[in-house]
Amino acid sequence: MSAQDNAEVGAALPKTPRDYLPLLLPAALALAALPFIPSSSTWVTLTIAGLAMGMMIFIMASGLTLIFGLMDVLNFGHGAFIAIGAYMATLVLVPLAGWMQADSVWLNLAAVVPAVILAMGATALLGLGFERIVIMPVYGQHLKQILITMGGMIVAEQILYAFFGPQQIPLPLPTTLRGSFLIGEAAVEKYRVVAVSVGLVVFVTMLLILNRTKIGLLIRAGVENTEMVEALGYRITRLFVGVFMAGSALAGLGGVMWGLYREQVNAAMGAELMVLVFIVVIIGGLGSVTGCFIGALLVALATNYAGFLVPKLALITDIALMVAVLLWRPRGLYPVTSR
Amino acid sequence: MMPLSGDPPRSRVLAVALVLIVLGLALAPFLFPGAKPLNVAAKVCIFIALAASYDLLLGYTGVVSFSHTMFYGVGSYGVAIALYSLGARFDAIGLGLIVALPLAALLALAIGLFSLRVQTIFFAMITLAVASAFAVLASQLSWLTGGEDGRSFRVPELLQPGTVFIPRDVLGVAVTGRTLTYYVVLVCCAALFLLLLRVVNSPFGRVLQAIRENPFRAEALGYRTVIHRTLANVLAAVVAAAVGALNALWLRYTGPDTSLSFNIMLDILLIVVIGGMGTMYGAIIGGTLYVLAQNYLQALMGTVSSAAGEAGLPLLPSLFHPDRWLLWLGLLFIASVYFFPTGIVGKLRGPPG
Repeated sequence: MSAQDNAEVGAALPKTPRDYLPLLLPAALALAALPFIPSSSTWVTLTIAGLAMGMMIFIMASGLTLIFGLMDVLNFGHGAFIAIGAYMATLVLVPLAGWMQADSVWLNLAAVVPAVILAMGATALLGLGFERIVIMPVYGQHLKQILITMGGMIVAEQILYAFFGPQQIPLPLPTTLRGSFLIGEAAVEKYRVVAVSVGLVVFVTMLLILNRTKIGLLIRAGVENTEMVEALGYRITRLFVGVFMAGSALAGLGGVMWGLYREQVNAAMGAELMVLVFIVVIIGGLGSVTGCFIGALLVALATNYAGFLVPKLALITDIALMVAVLLWRPRGLYPVTSR
Repeated sequence: MMPLSGDPPRSRVLAVALVLIVLGLALAPFLFPGAKPLNVAAKVCIFIALAASYDLLLGYTGVVSFSHTMFYGVGSYGVAIALYSLGARFDAIGLGLIVALPLAALLALAIGLFSLRVQTIFFAMITLAVASAFAVLASQLSWLTGGEDGRSFRVPELLQPGTVFIPRDVLGVAVTGRTLTYYVVLVCCAALFLLLLRVVNSPFGRVLQAIRENPFRAEALGYRTVIHRTLANVLAAVVAAAVGALNALWLRYTGPDTSLSFNIMLDILLIVVIGGMGTMYGAIIGGTLYVLAQNYLQALMGTVSSAAGEAGLPLLPSLFHPDRWLLWLGLLFIASVYFFPTGIVGKLRGPPG
């Protein structure tokens, strides 16, 4: 009897129910589009293009959703960080144009790696300043947060205009990443493969840090209950600063990747991407990294398929997708906090 | 008769400023003859009414909406499309309004019911997304809206600049259809402003402020917060659409840049916050200062910029370039949210009580 009892007690502790349904959505969407697209090679090209775009959006959006989840701060100036990251990259890549044009992987890397490091470093430092000076006084006051961060966005965009001028800055891809290779009959651009790999690395790294390290444990605990983490003797402010810097650096990385993808940079890109990033974060559920990942893939895939099938429709697929998801789950796919 | 709805300026300086602004606007065609000053005056009227309707949301209800220009655009496009396709007739304006105002109300109702149950941030994000989708849609449906070029149209003959009522030799200023249009804009905007002042001082307005201060408590007292917020959203949207229609009539043109652009949204936000959230009069002060700054400060900045350039100072020329005026207003905006959240009007009124 006792053995049976023990087993029952063990079984009585319920496991956190896993919710796998949203994970299937991107695959379902891709399969659903298959019959409508005339050739399977086109479908492969479109899907990979969608995945690449989705990964880049995910990199930009993940920082935003992470910051919101932990600190309950939605940074409306996140778009400015994206643009600043891209501009920082031009500071390195434009003078090093010769290395970028060279047909050598190492020279290309020698130009791109410092650019990415500078972009991420600059946006992380900016995030540090922004969190300490601008956001700290308005923790817990949503209305003021929205206004302040929006003001920060205006100022940052104007400063970019003042320093770099209103013209677009071309940002050509390095030679090694140009062109495409063929899988069967489908042409796959090299840069898209790189974008997918970087996105996956960022996603997996984030999941590992959040679920397997002490810092991740603290962050997750902070999302649940900030006061309790503080009461247990951890300095929550350090955690806030760290996460804010990491989130900003991710925005910078996303900005560089997007700039290279579009092969040009302009100051208005922050505001444009902001809307896309918001839609992704809403779809994923505010604060959820996994939800954000799925949301980004869904939005990008839907945009690519619709752009191919009904170009006019592509303009409103984001919104339509958001409405559909919210009708199904009013708080997004994986709502993290009860706030 | 209580035109101010029992909510006077409550500050001598403010009262004087308001009287000056109102007199200036009322006599603008005679005090400042010429096309540009009249344009500025009309823009002041339009932005005052638009900012006041936004203040109902931001200042009184405590929700941040980024879709206000969408409703403004619905009104603008409604009148523009009607006048463009039906010709310069008054019934076309009426038809445009009959379609546009309920459409704005319906959109606001849908957005409100959809997203106002949850927190402020969610609503702000959703409105931002919807408004940007709407702007893209308007610029793409070129058969209806004229796309990026927008729609230029003729207004009814009575309102055209060529219609002269009193020629120049009587008052020194010719009273034309343009003057009449200006007064139509002025009177309508004033009426809308007084209506909004009435609303915020009504029991309904008090409930909105209660919800802004403490939604849980308001709900506990038996007021349905969702319903009240949604109604405020609908009301603000309808007023914004009406103002948009006036703007279209004045400009005789509607395009994405004059009605739907995100920059106008930021303008309204800056006006309301700098003027004073939750005061209504802040819209008048902020709107006037903002439009004047937009039209005349830029010239000043140009002078500073070129002076700094001649003096050989680094960076200053580009920071003071006339196109960078939003930078300074943005800084003023941030400072204003921190240091005087009640804006200019709140400062003038002094501490409450």
